[in-house]
Amino acid sequence: MTTTGMPWLLELLIAVFLLFGAVVALIGSYGLAKLPDFYMRLHGPTKASTLGVGCVLIGSLLYFTHQQEGVSVQESLVTLFLFATAPASAHMLAKAALHRRLKAVERTRNKPFD
Amino acid sequence: MIALVIPVAMALFSLGALMNLYRLVIGPDLTDRILALDTLMINTIALIVLADIWMGIGFLFEAALLIALMGFVSTVAMSKYLLRGDVIE
Amino acid sequence: MKPLAFWIPRPLFSVFLAVLWLLMANSFSPGHILLGAVLGIAIPFLTHPFWPEQARVRRPLPLLKYFLVLLVDIFRSNLIVAGRILGPSRKLSPGFFTFPLELDDDFAITILASTISLTPGTVSAHYDAEQGILLIHALHLEDEADTIADIKERYERPLKEIFR
Repeated sequence: MTTTGMPWLLELLIAVFLLFGAVVALIGSYGLAKLPDFYMRLHGPTKASTLGVGCVLIGSLLYFTHQQEGVSVQESLVTLFLFATAPASAHMLAKAALHRRLKAVERTRNKPFD
Repeated sequence: MIALVIPVAMALFSLGALMNLYRLVIGPDLTDRILALDTLMINTIALIVLADIWMGIGFLFEAALLIALMGFVSTVAMSKYLLRGDVIE
Repeated sequence: MKPLAFWIPRPLFSVFLAVLWLLMANSFSPGHILLGAVLGIAIPFLTHPFWPEQARVRRPLPLLKYFLVLLVDIFRSNLIVAGRILGPSRKLSPGFFTFPLELDDDFAITILASTISLTPGTVSAHYDAEQGILLIHALHLEDEADTIADIKERYERPLKEIFR
């Protein structure tokens, strides 16, 4: 990789995007490891990890747009795809969990079953 | 500055992948394991994109897109299996 | 002579496919634009018997505005969820609640359910088509009626105006 001839403001912006994305995605994975029941664990990966990877992809888009001729828009395709599919897979997993009657933590309100 | 940031970001994503592995191993239910695999895929996409920038190749993105596709389809297929393919229904 | 609607059964989908092709090819040369246009016309024409009934997008511009609002909300809600994950999980009070749907278009309901999954601490878990309700799980449920009213005001009303 080469960063010569890159304005420092752009470099800073890319670095911020990459770091922010990594931190947010790490929090999502931490939520997956830490939270007490399945329904709560579902929240971490579907939101935080998706946004984290989205930020990294935006950083990559900016980097390759500067490095190569013209605009590099392919990364936006992956971002779009992730944002479109994350809710669908979360919904399917929640449905499967309800079907298997997984226990929610005691203090959960309005449990659909006991 | 980017040369400094990329290894840090890669380390953070790898740490996230390790946490996913932890959840994959301890479970306790199949849905937890599927969720852990799904998140592992998402972290892998980020690692591939970071490696792409690090090595300055610029076309590893196709691999990222394929992994995103495979991750989604396999997650949905396994959830569908849990919904319909249950022995005791 | 067949009407234009026979050859281009769903114009918005055609435009979407053509743009997708251009993004995929990462090039905006005339050749790729032509190829994208051919694909955008050929794929809906060949596959439209397989597709369920078409969603009618009445106003594309508010749809664009909706997605911009959604982008900001995703960002905001992620920070909130991240804070809740990092905080002590004993203090969280998770809960289920049902959301009565006013929409009846399948595609609009899909968008609403996806929106709910991507924004503040809520995941749509089950859709009951007969009663027209969504079962939603919230990571931290403070006031049920408040959350429902918020979703109705912020997301369902614009969607109702877009899909009529």
